[in-house]
Amino acid sequence: MSIIHKKTRTVKWLVASCVLMFGFGFALVPIYDVFCRITGLNGKVDLIPAQPSSVIDESRQIKLQLVAVNNETMPWEFKPKTVVTRLSPGEMHQTAYLARNLTERMMIAQAVPSVSPSEAAPFVQKINCFCFERQPLDGRSEKWMPLVVSIDPSLPKHISTITLSYTLFDITPDTPSTVTLSERGSL
Amino acid sequence: MNSSVATTHHGPASGLSRWLYTTNHKDIGTLYLWFSFVMFLTGGCMALLIRAELFQPGLQLIQPEFFNQMTTMHGLIMVFGAVMPAFVGLANWMIPMMVGAPDMALPRMNNWSFWILPFAFSMMLSTLFMEGGAPNFGWTFYAPLSTTYAPPSVTFFIFAVHMMGISSIMGAINIIATILNLRAPGMNMMKLPLFVWTWLITAFLLIAVMPVLAGVVTMMLMDIHFGTSFFNAAGGGDPVLFQHVFWFFGHPEVYIMILPAFGIVSEIIPTFARKKLFGYPSMVYATASIAFLSFIVWAHHMFTVGMPLVGEVFFMFATMLIAVPTGVKVFNWVATMFRGSLTFETPMLFALAFVVLFTIGGFSGLMLAIAPADFQYHDTYFVVAHFHYVLVPGAVFAIMAGAYYWLPKWCGNYYSETMGKVHFWCSFIGVNITFFPMHFIGLAGMPRRIPDYALQFADFNAVATVGAFIFGFSQLIFLYNVLHCIRKGRKASDEVWEGSHGLEWTLPSPAPYHSFSEAPQIK
Repeated sequence: MSIIHKKTRTVKWLVASCVLMFGFGFALVPIYDVFCRITGLNGKVDLIPAQPSSVIDESRQIKLQLVAVNNETMPWEFKPKTVVTRLSPGEMHQTAYLARNLTERMMIAQAVPSVSPSEAAPFVQKINCFCFERQPLDGRSEKWMPLVVSIDPSLPKHISTITLSYTLFDITPDTPSTVTLSERGSL
Repeated sequence: MNSSVATTHHGPASGLSRWLYTTNHKDIGTLYLWFSFVMFLTGGCMALLIRAELFQPGLQLIQPEFFNQMTTMHGLIMVFGAVMPAFVGLANWMIPMMVGAPDMALPRMNNWSFWILPFAFSMMLSTLFMEGGAPNFGWTFYAPLSTTYAPPSVTFFIFAVHMMGISSIMGAINIIATILNLRAPGMNMMKLPLFVWTWLITAFLLIAVMPVLAGVVTMMLMDIHFGTSFFNAAGGGDPVLFQHVFWFFGHPEVYIMILPAFGIVSEIIPTFARKKLFGYPSMVYATASIAFLSFIVWAHHMFTVGMPLVGEVFFMFATMLIAVPTGVKVFNWVATMFRGSLTFETPMLFALAFVVLFTIGGFSGLMLAIAPADFQYHDTYFVVAHFHYVLVPGAVFAIMAGAYYWLPKWCGNYYSETMGKVHFWCSFIGVNITFFPMHFIGLAGMPRRIPDYALQFADFNAVATVGAFIFGFSQLIFLYNVLHCIRKGRKASDEVWEGSHGLEWTLPSPAPYHSFSEAPQIK
């Protein structure tokens, strides 16, 4: 094989590897998501409604703590109805979060859940959750956002406390979701 | 141009067009080296501004916003503008001469890959004059600091990174194609000089990770301008994902900046010890193992993001494993010198300082690898001390060593040995005064990237600043020495050094514009 031929072949291989690695960079995004979901690392939870469990494990009680966090400058009041509840695995627990828009304008919010310890994430089943959809709210108004949750009876025995945290993000279109530099300087 | 057409094409064209249109590996190597030196001084001035501000507690010279821009630009320029182009420059000059090739495999692409760089860095530096200032989010540009909260100039930064990525990738393709296809007959893989081997492996690392860097800045671009949410939690993205993708590039990147340095030192030590390199095959395998391990340790940069215990333990042990092949290398260098007849010319001094000081940097790296201890060290000056020990007396000293070592071959004259030694001792002392105290203030808890600090850190910071100015200004000795060498240095012999070995020393000094037009025979 001539030198030119060999060279072209090497270069073709190398260019193909570059394109492949560029794609791999993007593939890391779904890989990361899938990896976190399978292993339950990172406290990531599925955003799809779960089916209620048919068995209830009466032998133990799990302490479920509900947390509300406002992201950055999100100006709503946001808090759970009850902060701590005790429930048996498999038992359905119905509660709600209060959202109050303190501004004058209509805003849309999105809540993103997270579970700690992350090992428990796959066992927290949300049968109905306000985080499944975006939450519009008129200025100066409030609403109770429903949450129906249960814990999978196959939860590992050593876990006795689970924290379910919601972070509320402002996703209103047209208004800058990002804080501008000058606003930030005044913070 | 007319005259060159009329005569022959054996010599270089004259004037500016020689440099603009050149496809000669030696010309392009020279361009790369000068470019990287200019960037080294530019990034160095930024470092001196940072150190001047940190000379005393409180704010004296610059505002915090500008301080952040300086730390960011200093890092980006030194990594992508100084160290990487310097190694590519050395590769361009030396690899064809070391493997007995007439030129690089793809000379036109070679020209292009260099000439992209000045544009990329003009674009990068122009952000300093834009409204909102230059990028201020650190050279690691973590999202959302570099997306949601970034100054508007971030878009220019993204395109500059794209351009230097393309330049590096083209350089790497060229180097691999040269080494794999243009070796002289008889030059089999296990006869390659170590500089060529380390560059071959580095080039593969570049091919593997520069596209990932391009990918991550593209994701940033899309998050900023096209409404995607790769790193935006509100839209279902994840800021921690940014760090994973970035360090998947970033960790191999730090080996890209050190493997060619290993190669240079492995060329120099045998020459001045007048012995063969000890353990050549183990050097090759150690380099390959380091390159492989670099892909599975990235999360040791992120021990404090809240990884699960399994992750912390895995990345901790994988990181510590790197000390094994690195230890093999250090052992081989020492064994090469053992019972050699050593002389201490400037390249050897820099190479020796490399071995000692890089090892110190390696050890502080091992300390940082201990996940539980890293929670204390994370984002302190201890980290700054660590990576400056591996990059300044590591990568930069190796580049200096290589420049002194091959300079007589490049321009046909010896540099001034006295000036070289003065440059070495000023740099050596300056570097240690600058970065050694940073270990202590780091362990005591001084955070990095902050323009002000608590009073108890004042003394060590003042010492570090003095060292930085000694180191910075002593590089002007190097500049003068090189210019002196080119203009009126003493004539160099063909073999240049008494113990020199390898194909490049069989060529006359200065190396002719076209060398090995007919392939040499390797015994």
